[in-house]
Amino acid sequence: MTGKAAAPRRKGARRSLVRALPAAPAVVLLVLFLAGPIGYCAYIAFTDLQLTGQAHASFVGFDNFRAAFKDEAFLNAVWLTLVFTVLSSLVGQNTLGLALASLMQRASKPMRTLVGGIVITAWVLPEVVAGFLLYAFFRREGTLNAILDGLHLPSQNWLFTLPILAVSFANVWRGTAFSMLVYSAALNEIPKEITEAAEVDGAGGWRRMWHITLPMIRRSIGTNLMLNTLQTLSVFGLIWVMTRGGPGNRSQTLPLFMYEQAFQKSMIGYGTAVALLLLVVGSLFSLVYMRLLRTEV
Amino acid sequence: MPVRPTAARPRTTAPLLLAALLTVSAGGALTACGSGSGSDPDTVKVSFKQSMDNSIKVTDTYLAGIKKQFEKENPGKKVELVPIKAPDSEYYTKVQQMMRSPKTAPDLVYEDTFLINSDITSGYLKPLDPYLAKWRDWDQFLDTAKAAAKGEDGKTYGVPDGTDTRGLWFDKGVFEKAGLPADWQPKTWDEVLSAARTIKKKVPGVTPLNVYTGKPAGEAATMQGFEMLLYGTGDGTADPLYDTATKKWITAGRGFKDALRFVETVYQEKLGPDVSDALDPNFSTAVRGELLPKGKLGIDLDGSWLPQDWLKGSGHEWPEWSSRLGLAAMPTQDGRAPGKVSMSGGWTWSIPAKAGNPDLAFKFIETMQTAANARKWYIANSGIAVRKDVAEDPAYTKAQPGIKFFTDLVASTHYRPAYPAYPKVSTAIQEAMEGVTTGDMSVDKAASGYDEALKTATNNQVIEK
Repeated sequence: MTGKAAAPRRKGARRSLVRALPAAPAVVLLVLFLAGPIGYCAYIAFTDLQLTGQAHASFVGFDNFRAAFKDEAFLNAVWLTLVFTVLSSLVGQNTLGLALASLMQRASKPMRTLVGGIVITAWVLPEVVAGFLLYAFFRREGTLNAILDGLHLPSQNWLFTLPILAVSFANVWRGTAFSMLVYSAALNEIPKEITEAAEVDGAGGWRRMWHITLPMIRRSIGTNLMLNTLQTLSVFGLIWVMTRGGPGNRSQTLPLFMYEQAFQKSMIGYGTAVALLLLVVGSLFSLVYMRLLRTEV
Repeated sequence: MPVRPTAARPRTTAPLLLAALLTVSAGGALTACGSGSGSDPDTVKVSFKQSMDNSIKVTDTYLAGIKKQFEKENPGKKVELVPIKAPDSEYYTKVQQMMRSPKTAPDLVYEDTFLINSDITSGYLKPLDPYLAKWRDWDQFLDTAKAAAKGEDGKTYGVPDGTDTRGLWFDKGVFEKAGLPADWQPKTWDEVLSAARTIKKKVPGVTPLNVYTGKPAGEAATMQGFEMLLYGTGDGTADPLYDTATKKWITAGRGFKDALRFVETVYQEKLGPDVSDALDPNFSTAVRGELLPKGKLGIDLDGSWLPQDWLKGSGHEWPEWSSRLGLAAMPTQDGRAPGKVSMSGGWTWSIPAKAGNPDLAFKFIETMQTAANARKWYIANSGIAVRKDVAEDPAYTKAQPGIKFFTDLVASTHYRPAYPAYPKVSTAIQEAMEGVTTGDMSVDKAASGYDEALKTATNNQVIEK
């Protein structure tokens, strides 16, 4: 009995091995260039490696992690990272992307091309360029204040008074296009008959959105939220260019905090430990979204 | 039907994890096989710090000239200049990363003396004693300058190319409008502040007093700003940051808090630049390129090198600076002897431990540091001479109006405690300054924050004084 069962299994195993062969180069490359550095980072996070000022690094166990949770600046960075992610990714990019996508479903073709073109331009700009553009928009002599002055409204140095809001806005400006594209595709997949039927039954715009559209694109929402969140958690260039995490530490999210510890204070080990913690935050978000994806309607 | 999500299926994570585990071991193997430096034995790679201001080419021009001379004197040898364009703090990081591997290590690096001990401890630099012993010009260098590049092991790791001092630059035009004397020489901190208050009241539209502050300004905040104040507190004999007897770092005491209070006063009374400008990482470029030449700054606590931006061919030509700007020594807190304060640092040329062509690199240093070339460099970058023969040379002392003033300050100057922990201590100082500058922290809170940071930075090697 067992022999009978084992033979086809062995055969099957051989077959899947042969089938896996073409994927081997890709796996090797992944291991070398992706998993390798990640593994090396995980190792460094448990040492006190410094960029300068130290002859030999030594293994310190969980010291770096313990230090992080006692460090006020780290906790501040965690908090700001959550604020930044919720504001710009969950609330900003996601809802605005959905709103744009559903409005564009009904818009005329030239309008759709125009709006789509503008939004996507913001998306394809390199991060640093986008950062400079928004720096110029928010700074004291910038565009926003010029507009406010024109309207006789009080102006201020936004990057100084509301830095985390300013960089969140910048991230929304830059990243909304992605959500818009995802939702456009999802909305296009909804069969016309269903919406038409609902319309005949007398459902208004909001009800259709709530009872038909949202449940039907639920999976896209999950995917989009996950990708957006992971992308936002790792935003560095945009904030670096606009505020460098300042003034004080008032816009210092985890990636900037990590950079400061690792490269400006030379504490590579500690910085890497923070990077690992950032990875954990990302995975937690992902887990939540995956749960959301799995449950059936 | 709803669209299929494109997200990766959870199942795929297992092989990835396995892969990650596998490569921890593979990573070790990889680093071991990184040998051949790929450097050409006839090419010397010289990395240097390029100005952030595109129009300033002082270093570029000078090095291009030396390269030409070197290649002519050493037929068959080539010089490859590797400019690194970055603000100070990022420059250091970049160089340290380059020096970690023989593949990327240049043959010659330009090191700030504030980091040199730290880099020596890391084993990044090569001791130069065997070369120096055979080099006749080394006797011409001042002993204090030689000490700047000495490691704790007593070996020398760099050849200094000048030093610097610091003081108060003031705009005579602004002073005239404010009714202040053109030969202003303040005796105490209060006199500096009251001059700034007068300017604020009588000359609107002008920033009264600039003191560099905060993390974005980096070491400039620590050295041109905070330490110029701190070293003027107390009796002026003992180092207020580091206790040499116990080899421990000193926590924030009265002098430290007084210095912070000065910074707080400048920014909370709006005697300084707008806080958001002061915390702009490129603010020092604006001071030299714009505020001073346009007469928009009353008093600037800054370094001896400022005129390098204003000399002929340097991009911001401003030959009138010597008649428009006055110079005053920074006073001690309440006028106690010696009455003035200055800080000195400077840069050295060093050879990385992993350099491919150290011999050729030292030859390049020799070419740069002939008396004639050294003089050319001091004059071009407004440096203070560290060679005795050049310091006495009238061609040097008369080259610029400020040179005599700043060379005289060498007598009352201080050097930073440039031990390996210093860069981190410096960052802790910048954080304390930034706290009181933005008003986020009181002086006491900033000082206790410094004490905490100091413990971490120095492995608890601290002492209260």
